[in-house]
Amino acid sequence: MSAGHPRPLHRDGDSPVHRAPAEVKIVCLVLVVLAVVATPRNMFWPYAIYAVLILAVWRCADIRLRWAAPRMLIEVPFVVLAVLLPFSAGGERITVAGAQLSVSGLWAAWGIVVKGTLGVAASLTVAATTSARELPVALSRLAVPALVTSMLVLMIRYLDVLGAEARRMRMARLSRGDSPRLLHQADALARGIGVLFLRSYERGERVYLAMLSRGFDGRVPELAIGTARARAVDWSLALLPAAFALTVSASAWVLR
Amino acid sequence: MSRPAVRVSGLGHVYPDGHRALDGVDLEVAEGERVAILGPNGAGKTTLMLSLNGVLTPTTGTVTIGATTLSRKTVREIRRRVGLVFQDPDDQLFMPTVAQDVAFGPANFGVSGAELTRRVAEALAAVSMTEHAERSPAHLSLGQRRRAALATVLACHPDILVLDEPSANLDPQARRELAETLSPLAATMLVVTHDLPYAAQLCTRAVVLDDGRVVADGAMADVLGDTGLLAAHRLELPWGFTVGR
Repeated sequence: MSAGHPRPLHRDGDSPVHRAPAEVKIVCLVLVVLAVVATPRNMFWPYAIYAVLILAVWRCADIRLRWAAPRMLIEVPFVVLAVLLPFSAGGERITVAGAQLSVSGLWAAWGIVVKGTLGVAASLTVAATTSARELPVALSRLAVPALVTSMLVLMIRYLDVLGAEARRMRMARLSRGDSPRLLHQADALARGIGVLFLRSYERGERVYLAMLSRGFDGRVPELAIGTARARAVDWSLALLPAAFALTVSASAWVLR
Repeated sequence: MSRPAVRVSGLGHVYPDGHRALDGVDLEVAEGERVAILGPNGAGKTTLMLSLNGVLTPTTGTVTIGATTLSRKTVREIRRRVGLVFQDPDDQLFMPTVAQDVAFGPANFGVSGAELTRRVAEALAAVSMTEHAERSPAHLSLGQRRRAALATVLACHPDILVLDEPSANLDPQARRELAETLSPLAATMLVVTHDLPYAAQLCTRAVVLDDGRVVADGAMADVLGDTGLLAAHRLELPWGFTVGR
């Protein structure tokens, strides 16, 4: 069981960023990521400004670099792809430390790495300052379809249950001499995943019955015990970073 | 005689695969009565439980709760009045926090604002879980999760409480704590189980279900004292237990 472990991406705190309503943070995140993605990739200064912006929000939310850095490793697979690009792309080439690198490949790699890093950092900011319990209410306030919201809520809740089930099954396999490293025993692993899928399906049915018997009629009711609804002042304050990022992106297009 | 709290007559249920889980069940439960539904695995206990609040639609027969007969029109009202506590609390607790989960039922039935907050606090207090309100169900012990699942149903203010295997997998202390939580409740109670000592602790009347039919119905001591009856339906008291009359 995962008893006692806090969510790995959430960081408790009481900063203004933590207190901001979740729906505002989600809108702000989407706008900032859009601004970053829309910025021309063969420039440097707009990205430096974005990085400073995110670091400023981190400082305000008391997120330390040492805490954030290991959690940003999720983007490593994309970085690996980006590293290959300067070698594989065609077009004009330059010599760097004896290696022939493609200029367009280098810009493409830079674009992927910098936009990916900024996007992950911005998402991490929201994840670190928003608890899972605020999410369903925030999403329904943003008029996200109830079906999507309930899927997300169920996923957050049952990922732990499913993980615990998978761990128990693994223990039972290992204790009967299974060694998942051996290729010929991959069969057992595959069957285990199949069984897990079936069990999750059956659990899904039971969860639905339990929801039905408490009067569920297809929509998740707004639970008044969540956080307070965002006021105009929350929106204007919290959207400042988004407005700033959008301005930077627009200026980059004008000045390029 | 006053109207029974639950009246089930001629109830039959056939699953889509043709399996007949209930075959003409007749049962009356008086208001405030505590009845254990006993029976071996596959006897139809869970099907009966799911039929009581219209989660499963009876193939034949009727279910009447108080003065209301279960139908498409009354199913919502029946679901509010009959609360089901499922065997696996992980099936019941699906929201990010215990408090949100407890609020889910009453909110579905139209309770909101201060009244909703009051109901949540009251239900959590009834199961001694107030201090865990803001925790995720994933971080609770099984005993705590089962009490939280009970709170999610108590918050709907049901007239009839149906519990499926409430003692399953609980350690002795958690078993006792759950029994102490259930004892003072005023609701009419149906306890579906094959844990006979626990049934004897909570209930005064026992109904034995086997192969979709009621095969015995009587005072707890009489049913548990009839070893022939128990043996015929794959039920037995744990080693060393006798029934005090």
